[in-house]
Amino acid sequence: MKAKHQRLTLVLLAVVALIGAGLLAAYALQDQASYFYTPSDIAEQKPEAGAAIRLGGMVENGSIQRSADGVTVQFIVQDAGARQKVTYTGITPDLFVEGSGVVADGRLDAKGMFVAETLLAKHDENYIPRELEGIDMTSGKHKTETLVQ
Amino acid sequence: MIAETGLIALWLAAALALLQFGLGAIGLRAQREDYYAAIRPVAVAQGLFVSLSFLLLIWLFLRSDMSVKLVVMNSASVKPLLYKFAGTWGNHEGSMLLWVTVMGLAGAFIALFERSLKTRTLVATLAAQAFISLGFYAFLLVSSNPFERMFPVPADGQGLNPLLQDPGLAFHPPTLYFGYVGLSVAFSFAVGAMITRDVGADFAKAMRPWVLGAWIFLTLGITAGSYWAYYELGWGGWWFWDPVENASLMPWLAATALLHSVTVLATRDSLRAWTLMLAVVAFSMSMIGTFLVRSGILTSVHAFAVDPERGSFILALLAIYIGGAMALFALRVGTVKEGKRFELVSREGALVANNLLLSVILALVFIGTLYPLLVEAVTGDKLSVGPPYFNLATGPLALMLVAVMAAGPLLRWRRDNPKALLNRISIPILIAAAALFALALFTTGMSFLALLGLSLAAGVAVASFAPLWKRNLRRTPLHTYGMVIAHFGIAVALVGMACESSFTEERLVAAQPGDEIVVNQWKLEFEAIEPMAGPNWTALEARMTAQYGDGAVHEITPQNRMFAAAQTQTSEAALLTRWNGQLYVVLGDGDSEGRWQIRVWWKPFVPLIWYGGILVAFGGFLAMVGRLRRGYKQRKQREYAEATL
Repeated sequence: MKAKHQRLTLVLLAVVALIGAGLLAAYALQDQASYFYTPSDIAEQKPEAGAAIRLGGMVENGSIQRSADGVTVQFIVQDAGARQKVTYTGITPDLFVEGSGVVADGRLDAKGMFVAETLLAKHDENYIPRELEGIDMTSGKHKTETLVQ
Repeated sequence: MIAETGLIALWLAAALALLQFGLGAIGLRAQREDYYAAIRPVAVAQGLFVSLSFLLLIWLFLRSDMSVKLVVMNSASVKPLLYKFAGTWGNHEGSMLLWVTVMGLAGAFIALFERSLKTRTLVATLAAQAFISLGFYAFLLVSSNPFERMFPVPADGQGLNPLLQDPGLAFHPPTLYFGYVGLSVAFSFAVGAMITRDVGADFAKAMRPWVLGAWIFLTLGITAGSYWAYYELGWGGWWFWDPVENASLMPWLAATALLHSVTVLATRDSLRAWTLMLAVVAFSMSMIGTFLVRSGILTSVHAFAVDPERGSFILALLAIYIGGAMALFALRVGTVKEGKRFELVSREGALVANNLLLSVILALVFIGTLYPLLVEAVTGDKLSVGPPYFNLATGPLALMLVAVMAAGPLLRWRRDNPKALLNRISIPILIAAAALFALALFTTGMSFLALLGLSLAAGVAVASFAPLWKRNLRRTPLHTYGMVIAHFGIAVALVGMACESSFTEERLVAAQPGDEIVVNQWKLEFEAIEPMAGPNWTALEARMTAQYGDGAVHEITPQNRMFAAAQTQTSEAALLTRWNGQLYVVLGDGDSEGRWQIRVWWKPFVPLIWYGGILVAFGGFLAMVGRLRRGYKQRKQREYAEATL
């Protein structure tokens, strides 16, 4: 094999490998990327039961209920337009409190209950989950207050 | 006055960087030997001034100077000294200052210690290094001045994010930064060599120790970061495919590929253009990682609040540096001479396979990390890409890579015989097959990937020592030992990963004091809940005892901490390490009936993941020392020969 050919072969190999990577990524992404939903999105267009999705919104005041087993918790995630029931078994994250933002990974079950596998709460004062940005979660109440100030 | 002195030192360092760049650029054009001579001291001075600036910032943090805005925002006077110290880089401005400090120091080190590169290439390298630094100096001085004063002076600071108040933080970010920024040296070397058209084996030999050094730091940084996330987040996982973790993994993948291709270039003078490309890509990944983390555009447990100005500034820097280097590459790749040829079945062939696999894995991680941003920018849909994608896409390729790793070092350079290879690797293959058979027979519920991974690891652990077979161990060079240990470390880490994913046992209960929790061979007694107080936090602590089988009884105390300054809770997991695994206990919330949520994991052999990482880094260290020593000896011999002529 001539030197020129060797270089060409290597370049071709690299191109094929990268295209392969792209195809593999596209294939895996199709199945595994989970879409982000707000309660309003779910109310509008319900995702298939069992599909991996991510739910984000505000934990409704007074909605957190602990079950008798002590490790399962049920609550309602709300945004400006809708409410979604969620159940989660596990230790809730440190900043999981009513009236605060939450992001849950999981699936809808047949009855329309969202079964969360992981919960992410707001970690500190500066951190806002990206998906929660720009979502009006408090029905405009805070906004008016800011205006009055 | 300290803050002002720091700012002046920073401006001076920036001016010196400009001078360094000018001396290099004009000197090379006009071929002025006196400019070549001047550039070294300028680079050293720049390193000194920027270090001074960084040391002054540390001092401000140590003495809690509340007239400086950065200290107010990120520190508090009642805080352990270690975290005041580490808080210096636990924030945006401080970490960017650390970044340019490491860049400046790297430049100074090149100027002081690099003796094997041709003068013109060295000058071009130093000029390139200064050019990159300039962008980051501008970034600091224009949009993120760490020494900004605050008026009126507040009584106390706001404290450091409690998640970051951990001894791990003191060492994790600087280690990673040494790695990230160390790759800038490889980048500058590549740019320098492209400018002076000096790409060859000697250039690769000069670049190799730098690549090794950066790679060792990256390896240590990622290992430490993984362990930190494991015990600090309290989720029991050791890798979350979080964008911030990916941001550190991507430069590592590129650096690992570069490390292997630079060896081909140094030993056999092949893969010239490819090695240059990788050097550019590796540091580009560092900068992209910094952009992802610092601009806060990703969903992430680490991400900081969104700041568009800074984000666009770093994005512009990225475009200039990566675009510029790529353009230079495109212009000069035609003049890079053809390297030496090799057969498909050869050491070079295996290293090409290594490089291709690493590149594909890198591409997959890159796509998965950036895809959500792209989709959101184009369609407005929000989506997240998590562990299912990354594990599915990269897992099988990583196993193939490990298999190539076992075979590669047993191949000869240039050309080898496939049958001879099969002969040399027959024992590891038999061991892997036996392990696969035994695991399939005696275990249940292992995933296919984990099954394959564990048996492969058994074979690779043996194969990694095969390069020492029938060799005179005392005359084997140090860098060969380095390779053997690093490859063995990969096998060790793989065992840990496969065991963690397959054999972990978990219990989640609501328990009252007096209850007993049983996991595998462990028996835990929950004795009491007690309040605790630390220097800047209060906590609820569960007092428990744990006993493995009939063994000794250990006290463990998982906590739930409240930080006063930030009004934040963190859970402090209790860990108990045995030779065969780790017990991991997390305390959750209490309920009205006096029960407490307690989550217990028994993770067999999980510490091997991090021991493996340390072995890999140690192997890299031995290789670096071996290479440096050999390079030094050869230079001395050459000088001696020249002197006696």
